[in-house]
Amino acid sequence: MKEIKIKTKNLSLYYGAKMALNSISLDIPEKEVTAFIGPSGCGKSTFLRTLNRMNDLIPNVKITGEVLVDGLNIYDKQIDVVNLRKKVGMVFQKSNPFTKSIYENVAYGPKINGINNRKKLEEIVETSLKNAFIWEEVKDRLHDSAMGLSGGQQQRMCIARALAVEPEIILMDEPASALDPISTAKIEELIFELKKKYTIVIVTHNMQQAARVSDLTAFFYLGELIEFGKTRKIFTTPDKKHTEEYITGRFG
Amino acid sequence: MEEPIGINKFVFSRESLKKKFRLSEFLSEKIITGVAFLSITIIVLIFFFVFKESIPIFQSKKKEIAKVETVQKQEQYGTDSSVATNLSGQEQYGVTGTDSLMTENQILEEDTVVHGSDEATAKSLMGKQWLPVSDNPRYGLIPLFVGTLKITLIAMLFAAPIAILAALFSAAFAPHWLREIIKPAIELLAGFPSVVIGFFALMVMASFFQNLFGYDGRLNAFVGGVAMALAAIPIIYTITEDALTAVPRTYTEASLALGATRWQTALFVTLPAATPGIFAAILLGIGRVFGETMIALMATGNAAMIGINPFESVRTLAATIGAEMAEVVFGDTHYNVLFLIGSLLFIFTFSLNALAEFYVKGKLVKRFQGKQS
Repeated sequence: MKEIKIKTKNLSLYYGAKMALNSISLDIPEKEVTAFIGPSGCGKSTFLRTLNRMNDLIPNVKITGEVLVDGLNIYDKQIDVVNLRKKVGMVFQKSNPFTKSIYENVAYGPKINGINNRKKLEEIVETSLKNAFIWEEVKDRLHDSAMGLSGGQQQRMCIARALAVEPEIILMDEPASALDPISTAKIEELIFELKKKYTIVIVTHNMQQAARVSDLTAFFYLGELIEFGKTRKIFTTPDKKHTEEYITGRFG
Repeated sequence: MEEPIGINKFVFSRESLKKKFRLSEFLSEKIITGVAFLSITIIVLIFFFVFKESIPIFQSKKKEIAKVETVQKQEQYGTDSSVATNLSGQEQYGVTGTDSLMTENQILEEDTVVHGSDEATAKSLMGKQWLPVSDNPRYGLIPLFVGTLKITLIAMLFAAPIAILAALFSAAFAPHWLREIIKPAIELLAGFPSVVIGFFALMVMASFFQNLFGYDGRLNAFVGGVAMALAAIPIIYTITEDALTAVPRTYTEASLALGATRWQTALFVTLPAATPGIFAAILLGIGRVFGETMIALMATGNAAMIGINPFESVRTLAATIGAEMAEVVFGDTHYNVLFLIGSLLFIFTFSLNALAEFYVKGKLVKRFQGKQS
C-alpha cells in the first residue's frame, strides 16, 4: 500500500440545517486515482470540494471533523487557504477558461505566484500544455482566445492550467461529463499519465469511467460513504448489497 | 372510424386549415406595435422641435453674409460695454487689443443700439465669450463646452474610482448580509433629487472646500464636479455591480482553485471580465453629469470662463438653458441659440448612450465567441 496523502476523519458537512455529508472517514493514497461514484445529490462533489476548501465560498456551510493532507488538518485555523489550494488543484465539471488567450490562461497561476520572468513563464506554459497533451493542438495559436477552443480542448487546457501551479493533488469534478466520447477518451488517457506524478481524486457519474481510470473507488449514497476499496473489488465483488445494486444499474 | 371525442372536433380538411382572422390577436399586436412606435416618435419629435427652433441661426447666416463682418466688429465694441467689464475686467484687454478694429467700432457705434442685428453665425458661435444679454450680445459656445467638459472630467475623476471600487467591494468581498444592505442603499441614492444635492453642495460643500483649499470663488468647477460625482456614483455603482456579479462564478472558482487570493481574483479575473459593463457604466455616468442641470446651476458659480484652473467658476451647457430659457425673448437669436445648445446636448448624450450600448454588445459577443484574446 502506498502512503496516505489525504485522510478524512468523521467529516460531516451541513448546508444550514441539512446534513450533506455524514461522518466520512476515508484514506486516499498517494499517486493513485481515487474515484467517487454515486447518484446525483449523494454528496460526492461536496466531499471533493471539502478537500481544498472550495466550500468556504458557499454561505451557511458548517463542517465538523478533520481533513488531513500530509498529516496536517486543513481546517485548522492556522492554515492559509491560498497556499492549500496551490497544493490541491482542481478541475471543474464545466470547462471554465478565462476570457483571455490560451497562454494567459495557463500563465495565470504562475503569475499570481510571483513568477514574472517571461522566459520562465513560457517554459512553464509549454510543459504544462505538453503534460496535458494539448500542446500539439494549440502551439501555433497560444495567443488566441481560449474561448475559441472546442469543449474537450478547453477542458484539457484547464487541466494544464491546474498543472502550471505544480500541485501535488488534483481534484477533478466530473471532468468529462460534458464531453463527447473522443474527448473523454483523451481526458482518461491524460489521467492515466498524470497519476505517475500526482494524486488524483475524481468524481464521476460514469461508472465505466470509474472502472477504467481508477485504482480505488468510493461509493456514496445520501451523504454517507457506503463502501470504499480497490476498484476491481468494488466492481466485481462488492461487500454491500447497495453498492452491487447501484453498479449493476438496478437504481441510480 | 370513430368520431373525435371531446371539445376538439378538429377535422383535417382544406376548409378547417384555412387561415383564420383572430380579432383579439390582431388588435393586441397592433396596439403593442403602436405604443412602441409612439414612444420612439415622441422622442424624435422632441428632437425635431428643439432642433427646429435653432434653425434660424443657420438661415440667417446665408441671408446676411455681408452682415457677418459687422457682427464681428460689434463684438469688439461690446467688450467695452459695462456688462462685460463688470463680469471680468481682465479679459477685456486681450480682445480690445486690436487698434484698427477699435476705430471701426467707433464708426459703427450708432448702429449697435439697433436690435436684431445680433446674428449668431457659425463663426460667432465658436467665439470665446458667452454674453447673450449685453448690449452687444455674443454667443460663443466655447466657454460653455469647456465648462461642461471640465465639470464632467472632475466629476468622473471622483465618481468612477469610488463607484467602481465600491462595486468591487460589494460584489467580491462584502459578506452576503452587508451586500444586501449596501446595494439597495446606493441604488436609492440614484433617485435622490438633484436639487437636494445641489443645495447641499451650495451650503455645505462649498464652504468646506473653501476652508480646505482657501481659494477665492466659493462656487466653482471643483465644488460642482464633486457634487455631480455624488449624482453619478449610484449609476456607475449599480451598473458596475451588475456587470461584476454577472461574471460567472466558475471564473472566480477557477482562479481561487489555482491558489489566487480573493484580491488577485477580483483584480485579475472578475474586473477584466466585466470591463465592457464597467465602460458602459462610466459612459452612462458621463451622460448623467453632462445633462445635469440643477447641480450645475447651484454649485458651479455660472460664470462662463475658459481656463484649466479647477477652482474657477464655470457655466455648463445644461445650466445655461436652465438659467436663461425663462427670460429669453421668444424667437430671438438668444432663444435660437439656447435651442441649439439643447440639440447639441441631445446629440451628445444620445451618441454616448449609443456608444455604450454598441460597445458592450460588440465586445461581449466577440469575447464569448473567441474572436478576440
